[in-house]
Amino acid sequence: MRENMKQDAKKERMSELVPHLIFLFCGLAAVAFVLCISVYLIISGIPAIHKIGIIKFLFGMKWQSTAAEPSFGILPFVLTSIYGTAGAVLIGVPIGIMTAVYLAKVAPKRPAAVIRTAAQLLAGIPSVVYGLVGMIVLVPAIQKIFRLSSGATLLCAIIVLSIMILPSIINVSETALEAVPREYEEASMALGATEIETYMKVSLPAAKSGIAAAVVLGVGRAIGEAMAIIMVSGNVANMPGLLKSVRFMTTAIASEMSYAAVGSLQREALFSIGLVLFLFIMIINVILNVFIKGKGKKDVA
Amino acid sequence: MSRRIWNNAVKAGLYICSAVTVALLVSLIGYIMYRGIPALSFHLLSTQSSYLNDTIGILPNILNTLYIIIVTMAIAIPIGVCAALYLTEYAENKKLVSAIEFAAETLTGIPSIIFGLVGMLVFTQLLGIKQGILAGALTLVMMIMPTIIRTTQESLKTVPMSYREGALAMGAGKWYMIRTVVLPNAVDGIVTGCILAVGRIIGESAALLFTAGFGLVLNNFVDSLTSSSATLTVALYVYASERGETNVAFAIAVVLIILTLVINMIAGLAAGRLRAKTK
Repeated sequence: MRENMKQDAKKERMSELVPHLIFLFCGLAAVAFVLCISVYLIISGIPAIHKIGIIKFLFGMKWQSTAAEPSFGILPFVLTSIYGTAGAVLIGVPIGIMTAVYLAKVAPKRPAAVIRTAAQLLAGIPSVVYGLVGMIVLVPAIQKIFRLSSGATLLCAIIVLSIMILPSIINVSETALEAVPREYEEASMALGATEIETYMKVSLPAAKSGIAAAVVLGVGRAIGEAMAIIMVSGNVANMPGLLKSVRFMTTAIASEMSYAAVGSLQREALFSIGLVLFLFIMIINVILNVFIKGKGKKDVA
Repeated sequence: MSRRIWNNAVKAGLYICSAVTVALLVSLIGYIMYRGIPALSFHLLSTQSSYLNDTIGILPNILNTLYIIIVTMAIAIPIGVCAALYLTEYAENKKLVSAIEFAAETLTGIPSIIFGLVGMLVFTQLLGIKQGILAGALTLVMMIMPTIIRTTQESLKTVPMSYREGALAMGAGKWYMIRTVVLPNAVDGIVTGCILAVGRIIGESAALLFTAGFGLVLNNFVDSLTSSSATLTVALYVYASERGETNVAFAIAVVLIILTLVINMIAGLAAGRLRAKTK
């Protein structure tokens, strides 16, 4: 009898322990993915950087991966990614923040719902669809306006990117603006400020850490986008210029990986570009975390 | 006086920017429909491309998209839900929880081209899985994991503590309690998360280029797992920028947009139900 009870207890412990362990392993899967991604990018990205030389790789101005005497300088890609992202932020952020202010503070219920749905749907449209419309509408338009031989330029990519980052900027800024205590605004209005003055000069500064997070999130989106801009940016390894055909870090990987021979230095160099892009993203993540944590601290105080 | 002008100017700015957002969406969808609907035909949707007859059909790509959704979700749902269960129901070690949550957050920020790169390295080169739906799906599992973990966690948190206490007080074991009380009450949220994840899978392209491949040939489910298979998005890219078949590309865009709208609607309904329940 006692023996039986002991066995039952053991069985029960097992039936509790097994699910517990399975859940633990699944939880660790996310950590494993991140480790796996970091380790593999480092392992496969380092060799080419070592062979080419880090200075020559990062600051070389020429990328001729298939020439008889190939050179692998990725400065054009890095600068293009930075300029493209900066341009997208410059256009997308003001529009996004203004929309968020309207949504959070001014808009009546119905229009707010319409705009929110619009932003949500914009976020859901696949990036190749943005690329397609950009390629068919934007590229010829820019070609005509600036009388270029090809309209596939950095400017085109910037416009597409600024539309693509709009939803996340609107969404995150709106949440930040809605969290501003009503008392701040009431105090400002009681002192004689108009509603608009209150929203722009009190609410916006009060929500600044949330809005900064929105901007950083937009930067991350823009720098990581590949398929939409590969179709509109011309894909030539030029140093960036607003009306030149350019190639981003992401599009360099996407366009050359399909024909780079296994084991070649060209392929290894593409992995190295991936590693550099990954470092950029990690830095952006750290900044984002600082903003979010900073906000948390202030709330406590 | 200048104050009034400033006020009105800013107010106009707010209205204009909001209008721009809506106008962008309306003109985008309008233009795609205008270009794509005339190019849609039953023949296009129901056949595969044939060089002999010089016809184009996107049936293989529709099926590939469906296959990749099925395989990805079949792997990602169990792992994601279990991870969320661990985080909300079991975990006592705070450090471990924050490590897992940080990892999930990091995964959200990684661009899809990097997932594609690593997926190719790990699944096709290291593990020797041939380019195809399976390698693509495994790559996507890494990508959508955070979405499923987060939405499941949120819905687990909406299950009242008293349900759990009640079950435990009746003598149920923890796992029994989770199976019979917690999970059934959190299922709406899990479904919402899955719908969002499906939306992401449908729209994904960069992660699939080198993992699922470009193949435009019709395969059955088993063969497609390990043979190069383009989803709708990848096919759109191939037809638009490599074949110059703009009309076909717009027809695929229409299919994608309709799928996106449907997914959004379903997700909205599911989220609405969830909200009604928590109130």
